[in-house]
Amino acid sequence: MREVPDLIACEECDAVYRRLTLGRSEVAFCRRCGAELERDRRAQRKHVLPLAIAGLCMYLIAHVFPILELELRSGLFSHATLIGSVRSLRGEGMLFVALLVLATTILFPLIQLLALIYLLTFPIRFRRFGHPTTFNLSGRLIQVLRPWVMVEVFLLGVIVAFVKLTSMATVLPGIALWAFGALAFLLTAVFSFDPRCLYISRYGYKKQGK
Amino acid sequence: MPANRTVQPASQSPGSGVPVKTAAKLGMVSCPHCATLWEDVKAHDRCRRCGAGLHLRKPDSLRRTWALVIAAYIMYVPANILPVMITVPFLGKEQQDTIMSGIIYFWNSGSWGLALIVFTASFLVPLFKLAVLTQLLIAVQDHSKRHLLLRAKLYRVVAVIGRWSMLDVFVVTLMTGLIQIKGFATVHPGEGIAAFAAVVVLTMLASISFDPRLMWDVTEHEPGRSHESRRGG
Ligand SMILES: [Zn+2]
Ligand SMILES: [Zn+2]
Repeated sequence: MREVPDLIACEECDAVYRRLTLGRSEVAFCRRCGAELERDRRAQRKHVLPLAIAGLCMYLIAHVFPILELELRSGLFSHATLIGSVRSLRGEGMLFVALLVLATTILFPLIQLLALIYLLTFPIRFRRFGHPTTFNLSGRLIQVLRPWVMVEVFLLGVIVAFVKLTSMATVLPGIALWAFGALAFLLTAVFSFDPRCLYISRYGYKKQGK
Repeated sequence: MPANRTVQPASQSPGSGVPVKTAAKLGMVSCPHCATLWEDVKAHDRCRRCGAGLHLRKPDSLRRTWALVIAAYIMYVPANILPVMITVPFLGKEQQDTIMSGIIYFWNSGSWGLALIVFTASFLVPLFKLAVLTQLLIAVQDHSKRHLLLRAKLYRVVAVIGRWSMLDVFVVTLMTGLIQIKGFATVHPGEGIAAFAAVVVLTMLASISFDPRLMWDVTEHEPGRSHESRRGG
């Protein structure tokens, strides 16, 4: 098995191209099917680590504090955290749905953020000693989990629930709602970053100047 | 081999359907995770850069995708018939909501914007995904060469919009978590939401397991040699 340098295949139609030397934020497309082949992400890369750490802070706030608070005229009061809601789903016998919500809004975002922070810190500083298997697994985990991280969909769900509830009670947005908004924004920014470029830098493969 | 290796450079504007050389034809396999190209790949080889399994095409793509799509069609029925949310007020009758009655409620209460968002995410998107995936599968099996660019675009759309159907699952989760107020009302999730969540997961898995390269393989003229016979070689 040999590596073919300087060529790239389209993921969606298998067409092979010579790699272009991309300028800042330029994108290379497939001539046949129009899929994106490569994107220059040097501009984003600098900010990824601080954004990921900020995301982790927002994550903690989002899961500790209530998302919505409900106040009834009779003085009754209720509030919900995400974990609490998942727990009441399980209590209602909806184990599958509870697990799905747990995975897409609680577990997977955390795994992604931690894997990304690991990728960006440990292996670069200790590259010679970094454990290749853990490095590879984290990189692949980030890509495999990407479609299953649904924080921004959850945020839209909160808005829908909010409107639904205003007809029956006074609804107040909790601190966690703002934290979720920030988290959704940070996750989008952070995952415009492609872990592929780490493989390139790890193996000293330089496409510039070729 | 060096002679037929001359390939075009990638384009900086999106595709126009021009014929090209494919990795399969050049005897190369692209790593699904780090996009490195490899030559002389043997069966069960792994990418030396990132350790991902190398396959010429996603293994068993058509059969897996069909199985997932059919399972999604089956779950689609209970997802739309069974209640997704049951509201039990302290005084009065319990109210059962299906996906559709939730949308109609928003429409009637004047929240047209939200009604449209929920209608799109919970009704149009799952239906569109199922229709497109079925159409893509049939076209690949028929070796169809028509509308390739359109189908490539549809596949991309389906892969991106799938997750937004989870909207209703999250709404029911929050309502259940928030409204457990004795002396006012309680909200319980209905069986329909589990079926609906299953539809979302199954269609997402289906679009992940479908290999769009299969659509383009039919444009390669290789008499007597299908890509099946070269799999893993
Ligand atoms: Zn392509
Ligand atoms: Zn690889």
